[in-house]
Amino acid sequence: MALTTVWFILIAFLWTGYFFLEGFDFGVGVLLPVLGRDEAERRVILTTIGPVWDGNEVWFIVAGGATFAAFPEWYATLFSGFYLPLLAILLALIVRAVALEYRGKRDDAPWRRRWDRALFWGSLVPAFLWGVAFANLVRGVPLNAAHEYAGTVVDLLNPYALLGGLATLTLFVLHGAVFVALKTTGEVRRRAGRVARLAVAAAIVAGGAYLLLTQLLYGKPVTWPAVAAAALALAGAALANARGREGWAFAGTGAAIVLAVVTIFLALFPYVMPSTIAAANGLTTSNAAASPYTLKIMTIVALAITPMVLLYQGWTYWVFRRRIGVPPTPRQPQASPRPVR
Amino acid sequence: MNPLDIARWQFGITTVYHFLFVPLTIGLSALVAGLQTAWVRTGKRHYLRATKFWGKLFLINFAMGIVTGIVQEFQFGMNWSAYSRFVGDIFGAPLAIEGLLAFFVESTFLGLWIFGWDRLPKRIHLACIWIVSVGTLLSAYFILAANSWMQHPVGYHLDTATGRARLTDFWAVLTNSTMLVAFPHTITAAFVTAGLFVVGISAWHLARRRHVEVFRPSLRMALVVTFVASLGVAVTGDQQGKVMTAQQPMKMAAAEALYTTERPASFSIFTVGTLDGGREIFSVKVPGVLSFLATGHFDGKVLGIDDVQAAEQAKYGAGEYRPIVPLAYWNFRLMAGIGFLTAGIALLGLWLTRRGRLPANRWVWRAGVASLTLPFIGNSAGWIFTEMGRQPWSVYGVLKTSASVSPGVGATSMLVSLLSLTALYGVLLVIETRLLIRYAKAGPPSEEETLGGDDRAEPSLTFAY
Repeated sequence: MALTTVWFILIAFLWTGYFFLEGFDFGVGVLLPVLGRDEAERRVILTTIGPVWDGNEVWFIVAGGATFAAFPEWYATLFSGFYLPLLAILLALIVRAVALEYRGKRDDAPWRRRWDRALFWGSLVPAFLWGVAFANLVRGVPLNAAHEYAGTVVDLLNPYALLGGLATLTLFVLHGAVFVALKTTGEVRRRAGRVARLAVAAAIVAGGAYLLLTQLLYGKPVTWPAVAAAALALAGAALANARGREGWAFAGTGAAIVLAVVTIFLALFPYVMPSTIAAANGLTTSNAAASPYTLKIMTIVALAITPMVLLYQGWTYWVFRRRIGVPPTPRQPQASPRPVR
Repeated sequence: MNPLDIARWQFGITTVYHFLFVPLTIGLSALVAGLQTAWVRTGKRHYLRATKFWGKLFLINFAMGIVTGIVQEFQFGMNWSAYSRFVGDIFGAPLAIEGLLAFFVESTFLGLWIFGWDRLPKRIHLACIWIVSVGTLLSAYFILAANSWMQHPVGYHLDTATGRARLTDFWAVLTNSTMLVAFPHTITAAFVTAGLFVVGISAWHLARRRHVEVFRPSLRMALVVTFVASLGVAVTGDQQGKVMTAQQPMKMAAAEALYTTERPASFSIFTVGTLDGGREIFSVKVPGVLSFLATGHFDGKVLGIDDVQAAEQAKYGAGEYRPIVPLAYWNFRLMAGIGFLTAGIALLGLWLTRRGRLPANRWVWRAGVASLTLPFIGNSAGWIFTEMGRQPWSVYGVLKTSASVSPGVGATSMLVSLLSLTALYGVLLVIETRLLIRYAKAGPPSEEETLGGDDRAEPSLTFAY
């Protein structure tokens, strides 16, 4: 297999990992006001992602870095072309990360309320905009002969892309609801299961419509099985959730996300960024790629390090595998400093 | 403003801001790991209290380092797409490896450390913070390899077909001579930063004779670290000066505002004047010192700005090859001056607190608290000097900054980006500083508060939120 294809697959893998992992983080952030009725419950919900969200987010950073290294042209065109949506994503991720880290650092209700709001928007905006961005990748954008983006931000907000945004948003919210149900006990767990029932309907409508449209407009024979499997996974998740089988439900939503990303990348290949102006202006795995020497080095590095990353990230999930519940007697919040004159 | 200026302002603001948090993260992670090791080995409670106290401040700072780092990873593509296309074959690799090797390690093991107090065996929990610390060093290594390539491009050739740089020797990029001096200089400076951070906050408490059992050991440890690291900064900075003189003669000439070549060249401690090559009004000069800084000999020849300008014009064609000289001159002095000052402060501090002493004079403690700000100013000055002194180049001798900016991004988009990021960063700085001060003043947890987790039969729920 050509190294350019290997790197296309590796980058698809990184995005898949990112959406699978950070997808439930986003969902948890969006659902926090719905699922957490009081402070104790909100803490339980946030503790489900507390030890892992930052590691999950690194998948995005590495996907970006790997794109820079393996497909510099893609990196340059994508991030300068999708400028304002990407800026919105970056601002949202900053606000969200600070909210996660700082909300518990003061024992102060208005402080926490403000950060909860920041966490909600900071999760909602990227969950939606990632769908918009990837739908535009599949659809193609105006690229000129120099591979520079020649459109405006309005071109990116077309109906198909907005549907893509809704698809990722509903999928991630569902994924988050199922994750909370899987990781908690008591009332929070039951509530998350009920919310997941609504979310799964929304995800089937928006996600299903988006995937079907993608297949009909930009699909290939090879993407049909992925689309069909994604639909099956969602149906399976709905069924498992209805029966209270949380592990299976989470596997179902996770598989649906993975298969949706696989569909997108299969539909793209061999393009990484098709042009709507002229096919020759589009970026492909070969004309966007770094030199064979760089790809060779990066392949060795990636093959050596990635298995270790998967191992220790997997170990983290194992360490924090226990469900979390509201303690019977609420303890004093340990994170609040005592006032000092 | 044109897109180039806006993109440069954004890079300057976001990078200097990011680097307020980075050195503290690098240095403090090791100090916290050291304190926790002391606790694990001796079992003394005050080490645990110190670990928890400094660990909390470390985390508040670390969060800011992460979020500002996200912007760094993507603004090359957003604002500097021409640069990204030109250097991508070389520059992308260390960035990707940094993420794969360092960011995953840091984020994952930090999560384990924060939430693992009750869940992990003591020694494995300790290993987590050490791994984070090593991760920060790896991160520094790869990002400095990338930056050093911009200062002194090696291991590449210019592809005549595409007009872009192509990697030919990755090992050369990883062992760039610039890198080999920049890495120890940056790391030792990071330890000075963390050292004086601990000194400053410990001084605040010790002035009030509060938590002496926690803050006296913290202070002494930090003073030693600061002193040793300051010496390291001076030695590595000296080596860096010589490498820089050989690789970028213009930067050394600008650092001294030396317009005409001199042999031997004297070093001015400060100058009253415009630094435009006209007559200075007043300056304090030490003969031969610039020659020594630049070449290692007190009678070495140091090229002046005018001569380097002529030489570079001959080499690269007509154009302006001079950076903003006063900026280089003053930032160089600020950086170097602070470097010497921190060594002096640390030595004085060690003397004043020798053998159990705690000075009674309030001004000593106030000076100790104030010294906390010095490394942040010195670090910023050092980077502003390094990056502004390289102008007009983004990759020295190969690619100009003016040819690096994204051609397809309009001034309005860039302005939206610059203003929104600056505003957000401003707000976050206020929030972060207030939070740090609040926690710093609150002091360490009491003995009873640390009696949790590992001493209990049933692991408790960890609520970090």
